[in-house]
Amino acid sequence: MLKQKTYSNFQLIALVFLRVVTGWYFLYEGLAKLLSPGWTSYGYLMDSQGVFSEFFKSLGQNQTLMPVVDALNVYGLILIGLLLILGLFEKIGYIGALLLLVMYYLSHPASLNVTYLLPPEGSYLWINKNIVMMFAILVLMAFPSARRIGIDRFIFRNKKA
Amino acid sequence: MSTKENTGNENTKNTENSENSFSKGRREALKTLATVPVLGAMAYGVYKKSKKERTNRLAADMFHFGEMPEPAIVADGEIIRIGVIGVGIRGIDLMQAIGFATPEHLEDLKKQAQNNSGDTRYKDFMEQDDLRIKITAVCDIFDTYAERAITAGANIHREGLNGKYGEKPKRYLNYKELLAAPDVDAVIIAAPDHWHGTMAMEAIQAGKHVYVEKPMTWTVPETYALREVVRNSKLTFQLGHQNRQIETNKRGKEIIGKGLLGPITLIETSTNRNDPNGAWVYPIHADANPRTIDWKQFEGEPARVREYMDYMTSNNLAKYVGPDARDKFSLERFFRWRCWWDYSTGLSGDLLTHEFDAINQMMNLGIPDSATSSGGVYFFKDGRTVPDVLQTTFEYKEKNLALLYSATLANQFNRPRKFMGHDATMEIGNSITVTVDPQSEQYKDQIEKGLIKPGKPFYSYTPGQKDLDAISSATQLYFAERGLLYSYVNGKRYNTTFLHLKEWIDCIRTGKKTSCGIEEGFQEAITAHMGTRAYLEGRTMYWDGDKEEIVRG
Repeated sequence: MLKQKTYSNFQLIALVFLRVVTGWYFLYEGLAKLLSPGWTSYGYLMDSQGVFSEFFKSLGQNQTLMPVVDALNVYGLILIGLLLILGLFEKIGYIGALLLLVMYYLSHPASLNVTYLLPPEGSYLWINKNIVMMFAILVLMAFPSARRIGIDRFIFRNKKA
Repeated sequence: MSTKENTGNENTKNTENSENSFSKGRREALKTLATVPVLGAMAYGVYKKSKKERTNRLAADMFHFGEMPEPAIVADGEIIRIGVIGVGIRGIDLMQAIGFATPEHLEDLKKQAQNNSGDTRYKDFMEQDDLRIKITAVCDIFDTYAERAITAGANIHREGLNGKYGEKPKRYLNYKELLAAPDVDAVIIAAPDHWHGTMAMEAIQAGKHVYVEKPMTWTVPETYALREVVRNSKLTFQLGHQNRQIETNKRGKEIIGKGLLGPITLIETSTNRNDPNGAWVYPIHADANPRTIDWKQFEGEPARVREYMDYMTSNNLAKYVGPDARDKFSLERFFRWRCWWDYSTGLSGDLLTHEFDAINQMMNLGIPDSATSSGGVYFFKDGRTVPDVLQTTFEYKEKNLALLYSATLANQFNRPRKFMGHDATMEIGNSITVTVDPQSEQYKDQIEKGLIKPGKPFYSYTPGQKDLDAISSATQLYFAERGLLYSYVNGKRYNTTFLHLKEWIDCIRTGKKTSCGIEEGFQEAITAHMGTRAYLEGRTMYWDGDKEEIVRG
């Protein structure tokens, strides 16, 4: 059994804010896609580069799988966003977020010799914002906060981990 | 200060009363639900943002279109027997478009699909509808091409090497023999330009339906003669402008028809190519020599050649004839015939016709009142007589507009086709983008209210998008312009040449009118000839609509 960590107020507030804004980012990415008629990840997948590009392009080409990929992406983003904001099943939210971020990075790695049709809004060498966010989520996983501020506090009230 | 959640402190608090437990419960609830209001903020933000975006919906309301029907599948109907005349680069393409490819080509496509999963050409070809046709005859004056077409025509099950093939089509050495064959109902003509009109006329006279590649004719006199012959027959005639099947052109026609651009006074269109192939410097086949090529037949129909020579000599244009003698065998001239007026119609006939027919399809412009051209051989100094840079301006006095065509074969910078109206400009290619003009009168109110941002793309349409809407993201526009989304039409990619040939075959069965019939073809041919003559003679050409004659300025 893990020993209960103690956070200062400042630490707790910072962690909760990081969790909520990360959740916000995911939730709105999902909602924006959901609300945009005819949205599809086809173009994004077809623009994949790097070692795994063949895999992502084959996903884009597959007309039976594409609706599933689109739905998983949109609802995945929304669900992860809700979990992080509400502090509900925190760990599941983090793992889901990491999975999506890994996929985004593998499909669009910031490698030396790739150029994308849609230029990124910054300049990157190997490390891009997806990688930074992945490590932010790892930090959140290492310092969980939802059992203090969040619905997990209620769910796991008798199980002080 | 620290928030200690552990139970160690409870001993000091064991005197708590009910009031304390109530406030503890409240504190608990607060800590549990502290972040829930964030969702409220998100909901408010999304509501506000979508309200703002509703102004963009305006575009969707204005640019509302009916559904495009998917091409119906030929379920029954007799097998139509087809003969193909001229099976070089374009001819074999056309055979493939209707489902007949050589086993070698299919092996190649298969291999490329394996190497690149993004290459769906093999899959598309295999899934393409069966048009219920049979290739019974092929004709080419180069043996290697003819043999290749025979294997393609026999490949009725779309197989690779060592497959099971059907009956071989018969090869004819001369097109006249093919036209006399009783087991041919319809012909596809893809011989060089100087043969189009002659072969089309003779085919109709022989009772065959005709699909002829663009441009419709090589000389001006044969244009009238062919129109006469087709008008007097009940046979189905289609000119090979597959742009008639492109979805964006149909949308563009609706946008113009609804007056959404306001009065259009200028249309700009262009050709931009920058490679030897694009400049008609095609490879010379290793098997080609005077024994495998029937040069006599390549020279052309004597009556046509006489019309050509009459025009050239009577207008002091001898410098554009030749320079080689017509009866002198030449591999360059055989494979790269588009470079010499002796066989070619130049940029005007080869590439302007594509642009003109697309614009004619959208606006029913017809033949212009005048044409002025300039240009020259500026880059490909390979002995060609046909220019590689050409500008032609067509004026439509009654329609109050000018059509400006500009072509270069030595730069491929993308210059989109633009319809420039008083209220908005439409750029049309793989996608459509409409940009409202800041000085528009039609949209004045909306501009003032801030509902339309002039100068910014206001409406965009990309075939393959599930719904029509205002531009929802820059990404879509970006991908659309590169044609990446184009393959997603109704979840299925269609080859436009297939659709154009299919329309012809359907019309043969139903007796309906084709989209690029003889009247459209006549307009195409005369317009191109006016541009060419203006270039050759260096003066403006006019169209006398009453007499139906090209007259000099």
